[in-house]
Amino acid sequence: MQNQAKNLINKLGLDPRLLGMIGALVAIWVVFGIFTDGRFLSPRNFFNLSVQTASVAVMATGMVFVIVTRHIDLSVGSMLGFIGMAVAALQVQVLPDLVGLGHWSVWIIAVIAAILMGAVLGAFQGWIIGYLAVPAFIVTLGGLLVYRGAMWWVTEGQTQAPLDTTFRLLGGGAEGTLGESLSWIFGIVAALAAVALMLLSRRNKANHGFAVKPAWAEGILLAIAAGGIMGFVWIMNSYPISKGAMKRMTKAQGIEYTDGMVWNHGVAIPVVILLGVAIVMTVIATRTRFGRYVYATGGNPEAAELSGINTRWLTVKIFALMGALTGIAAVIASARLNAVDVGLGTLDELRVIAAAVIGGTALAGGAGTIYGAVIGALIMQSLQSGMASVGVDAPLQNIVVGVVLVFAVWVDIVYRRRAGA
Amino acid sequence: MDKQTPLVDMRDIHISFGGIHAVDHVSVDLYPGEVVGLLGHNGAGKSTLIKILSGAYQADGGEIYINGEKAEIHNPRDARKYNIETIYQTLALADNLDAASNLFLGRELVTPIGTVDDDAMEAETRKIMAKLNPNFQKFAEPVSALSGGQRQSVAIARAVYFDAKILIMDEPTAALGPHETQMVSELIQQLKTQGIGIFLISHDIHDVMELCDRASVMKNGELVGTVDVNDVTDDDLLGMIILGKRPEGVTVQG
Ligand SMILES: Nc1ncnc2c1ncn2[C@@H]1O[C@H](COP(=O)(O)OP(=O)(O)OP(=O)(O)O)[C@@H](O)[C@H]1O
Ligand SMILES: [Mg+2]
Repeated sequence: MQNQAKNLINKLGLDPRLLGMIGALVAIWVVFGIFTDGRFLSPRNFFNLSVQTASVAVMATGMVFVIVTRHIDLSVGSMLGFIGMAVAALQVQVLPDLVGLGHWSVWIIAVIAAILMGAVLGAFQGWIIGYLAVPAFIVTLGGLLVYRGAMWWVTEGQTQAPLDTTFRLLGGGAEGTLGESLSWIFGIVAALAAVALMLLSRRNKANHGFAVKPAWAEGILLAIAAGGIMGFVWIMNSYPISKGAMKRMTKAQGIEYTDGMVWNHGVAIPVVILLGVAIVMTVIATRTRFGRYVYATGGNPEAAELSGINTRWLTVKIFALMGALTGIAAVIASARLNAVDVGLGTLDELRVIAAAVIGGTALAGGAGTIYGAVIGALIMQSLQSGMASVGVDAPLQNIVVGVVLVFAVWVDIVYRRRAGA
Repeated sequence: MDKQTPLVDMRDIHISFGGIHAVDHVSVDLYPGEVVGLLGHNGAGKSTLIKILSGAYQADGGEIYINGEKAEIHNPRDARKYNIETIYQTLALADNLDAASNLFLGRELVTPIGTVDDDAMEAETRKIMAKLNPNFQKFAEPVSALSGGQRQSVAIARAVYFDAKILIMDEPTAALGPHETQMVSELIQQLKTQGIGIFLISHDIHDVMELCDRASVMKNGELVGTVDVNDVTDDDLLGMIILGKRPEGVTVQG
C-alpha cells in the first residue's frame, strides 16, 4: 500500500515536499474546521485567508532568492511600513494638490512610487552587502531600525487616511475583487494556460527524445491543476457580499437594489496580484539566467564567480527585487487597511522569513521554491487565523507559531537527510 | 616552434597571501599545440599561478601576454574573453545544479524569447559526455549526487565544450578511473592537434613524460626551471621537484 502510493507519486513526478506541505495545510484546515463547526472551511474564511496571505506571500517570493544566496533580509517589515506611510502621505497630502483629489492617476502614481522606492532602497542595501562586503544580517538589521524611524519622520507619527478609492481596491474587500463573471473568466484562462504550458513542456521534452511521464499521469496532473484553479474560483464565487456593501455598490453603479439580490465576491485583487507575482518569480527562478545564477551562487559562490558570474552585481539585483516586492506588498497592506499608522508591517520580516523557510527554502543556501514560499505563507496565516477564530489569545498564538516554525524546519532537515539531497 | 609568438607568456608573476610568497617572480610560457606540465610539491604555488591566468586571483605584479599582446585579466569573465578555459582542482561546480546547468553556467543556451533552454543544454551535455565518459547517465540529478570521477568529468566537459584556445587543467584526472584517465589522455592529444595550448598540472611524472612537451617545475613559490621532457629522465624531474636541483647537461629555461 505504502509502496503503491510511493510509486504513484514517482510516476506523477510530484515533489514529495510539495505534497507534505499541502498535506500539512489541509490538516490545519480540517482541524480548525472541526473546532469551529465548519466556520473555518466557509467561503468567507477562505476569501479572508487569501487576502490576508497576499502581502506576506508577495514578499516571501523575494525572500526565497535572498535566502537561496545565503543572505537574509530583516528590513522588509520596516521597509513595508516606511513605503506604506510615504505612499499614503503622497495620496493624502501631496497628490490632491498636484493632480486633484480622486484623480484617476493617483493610484498609478502611488503604485509606481511604492515599487520604485522599494527597488532603490533594496538596491542600496544590496550594494553595501555585495560591494562593501558588510553581512546582510547587519545591513538589513540596520535597515529595520532606519526605516522604522524614517517612517515616523514622514508624518511625525500621524496616521494617514483615507486612501484613494481606486488604490483601496488593491487591498481586497467587497469592491476589491474581480466580481463573479470576471472571476470565472480568470479561472478558465488560468486553467487553459496551465494546461497549455504543461503540454508544451511535454512536447519539448519529447522532441529532444527525453523520457516523458506516461500520458495518464500527465492527464491526472492536468486535471488536478485545472480542477484546483476552478475549485478556488468557485469557492470565491460562493461568498456573498454583505447587504451594506451591496447597497453601496449598486448605488455606485446606478443599479437599483432589491432585497434578495445576491452578488458574490469572486477572486480578490490582491490574490490576482500575488498570483501574477508568483508566476513571474517562478519564471525568473527557473527560466532566466538571473534565476540560474541565483541558485548557482547559493550552491557554491566560488564556483559561480569562477564561472564568470558577477556575484556582487547579482546581490544588488536580488535585494532590489526584494525591495520592489516589498513595495508591492506595502501597496496591498496599506490598501487593505485604508489607513497607515506607524505600526504597519511590524514583525512582517519574521513572517516572511518563516514563510520562505517553512516552504522549504534552506538557510544554508542553494535550495528553495517560489510555490513553497507561497504555501508557507498560507500555512502561517491559516495557523494564525485558525487560532484567532477558536479564541486562542495572542500570546499563545505567538508561542504556537514559534514552535511550529522550529518543528517544520526540523522535519525538513530530517527529510533532506533521508532523501540524501 | 621557438620562432613563433607564444600563445601565453606569463612574465615575472608574483603574489603573496599575508606574507607568504605563494608565487615568487615566476615566468612561464605556452605555445599553440603544446602541452606544458606544471610540477611541484604540495603548496608549491601551481594552482595559484594558473588561477592568476584564469582570473580567479589578481597578481601583485607581473605581466601576461596573450598572442604577444599584453592582456588585462581582472576576473574570470576577462579570461573567458581570451578563450581561456580552466578545470579547477576544486572542480568549481555548483552542487545543487545538474550537469547541464553546470556545464553551461554563465553561458546558458537561450530560446528566442531569452529564457534558458534547459532541454537544448541537456541534449548538448549528453553529446559531449558520450565522448568523454560514455558511462555517465546522471543528467537529471544535482551534481552533489555524483561520484568524484563523475564530477570531474563534468568539469572537464565544461572546459573543452567552449572552443578553448588555452586550456588549464589542474590535476584533471585525480579522481578518475584508469579507463576515464586514458580517455582524457586521448582528449589531450586530440586537442593538441587542434592547436590548443594546454597547461597541465599533475603529480604523476609518468603522465607528464607521456603527455607534455615541456615541464615547468615550481618549489616554494619559485620557478626551478623549465625543461624539454625529451631531454630529461624521470629522476631529473624528481630532483627538480624534491631538491629544486636543475639537471646538468640540458638546457633549462627560466
Ligand atoms: N587564498 C589563499 N589564501 C592564503 N593562502 C593561500 C591561498 N591560496 C593559496 N595559498 C597558499 O599559497 C601556497 C601555494 O598554494 P597552491 O594552492 O598554489 O599550491 P599547489 O602547488 O597547487 O599545491 P597542491 O599540489 O597541493 O595543489 C600555499 O602555501 C597555500 O597555503
Ligand atoms: Mg593545487
